[in-house]
Amino acid sequence: MKKQLLVAAIENGTVIDHIPSEKLFAVVNLLHLDQMTSAVTIGYNLESQELGKKSIIKMADKFFTDEELNQLAVICPNLTLCIIRDYEIAEKRTVTLPDELRGIVRCTNPKCITNNEPMHTHFHTIEGQRLRCHYCNTVISLDDVRLVEKA
Amino acid sequence: MRATIVYPSKKKYLWHAKIIMNLSDMEKRSLVTIADHSREKIEYLIQMAQEFEKHPNRHLLEGKVVATLFFEPSTRTRLSFETAANRLGARVIGFADPKVTSGTKGETLKDTIMMVSNYADIIVMRHYLEGAARYASEIAPVPIVNAGDGANQHPSQTMLDLYTIYQTQGTLDNLDIFLVGDLKYGRTVHSMLNAMYHFNPTFHFIAPEELAMPEMYKQFCRQHGIRYVEHTDFNADVISGADILYMTRVQRERFTDLMEYERVKDRYLLKLDMLSKARPNMKILHPLPRVNEIEYSIDDNPHAYYFEQARNGLYARQALLCDALGITLDEVRKDKSII
Repeated sequence: MKKQLLVAAIENGTVIDHIPSEKLFAVVNLLHLDQMTSAVTIGYNLESQELGKKSIIKMADKFFTDEELNQLAVICPNLTLCIIRDYEIAEKRTVTLPDELRGIVRCTNPKCITNNEPMHTHFHTIEGQRLRCHYCNTVISLDDVRLVEKA
Repeated sequence: MRATIVYPSKKKYLWHAKIIMNLSDMEKRSLVTIADHSREKIEYLIQMAQEFEKHPNRHLLEGKVVATLFFEPSTRTRLSFETAANRLGARVIGFADPKVTSGTKGETLKDTIMMVSNYADIIVMRHYLEGAARYASEIAPVPIVNAGDGANQHPSQTMLDLYTIYQTQGTLDNLDIFLVGDLKYGRTVHSMLNAMYHFNPTFHFIAPEELAMPEMYKQFCRQHGIRYVEHTDFNADVISGADILYMTRVQRERFTDLMEYERVKDRYLLKLDMLSKARPNMKILHPLPRVNEIEYSIDDNPHAYYFEQARNGLYARQALLCDALGITLDEVRKDKSII
């Protein structure tokens, strides 16, 4: 039987490939894909030589800002994205952790003001792939990051 | 003899102004953490506190209203701030008991701060949540002075500690500072590291293993080239090299193993005979309250300085209030309202 792509190619938009499957739904939440009106194809637990299981997201007619995409570095530091124009890969992008993250990551300190007041969290990126809470100074390793739950 | 503090040059001030230009005017006048202050700013505030030590009673803040919002009780700090405001002629409003506030009815901190901002020119706040003062400084249309936010920051305590060190040693530079007791949870000793790193200190950390200085603060020291030595013994020989002996209380509630507490609790008590080899300039400081960690017979010893240190809280807080309200050192020096 002939091998076929499980998800169709898109004319214009953004493709995020090689997402570790356990991170897929965090990426979906972070990019607010539930609020998109254009076609979104999500492939989950696909075979991957590199990752074992991988996931892929194809978003038609959707282009993100650098700021939006760099937020992904919090959950997938080595993610690669393809910007598609006219069925061709127009640009390949890697994500880089931004200096500041607002409203993305939850503070692990239960006594932090951000966990007790209706407000956005705010973190600064510091050495060693770690984040420091702008308010209570708690330092979190990227491995322990929990995202803010969207209402 | 006291060293001369050089008034910050115009050039340095412009540089300082430049890096805080992206903050709102109120945010930059607020005091959230001593770590926000440069060496020049710390020296500037010490000079201002010196003026208030000479003449604490003035009409400098006449017509101003200072709000003291204590969402967590703290009699000592509140009385010190309120005395500072009263001695400068300001009027004080606020609460000392959080049970009387609308917070108990579910009001957010933001709403309380916005409401009080309508009445007061400045808000002094203590809160049990960490980061509360930073958040308040971002939303309030008036300056915020942090009087303690949980286990996070207590900058007015740090400022009075620095003032006391300067007052007793004549300088803040190149001192041997020995921190004793609870170095794990004690926010005063952590703030001390943040503030003193401008002044090339050598720290000695004296604590039981359970309450040793946390790794992140030792890392801070290494990153900023601050020398430190760790000790578990506490005796006359260990403290003989100290300029400042900063005592803290070993708190029973910090221990998970009470047997361990019983074993170490009396190892960090300062006794009179331990001062036999102390340097003549050495002063003993303590943020108070003390329980038994400094023997009472030491109170009359010339090395004891903790009660004077507490009094300095008044002058340091007078300087912090004035600075946050936009009153300059020059204006304090030329002030004709001295009573």
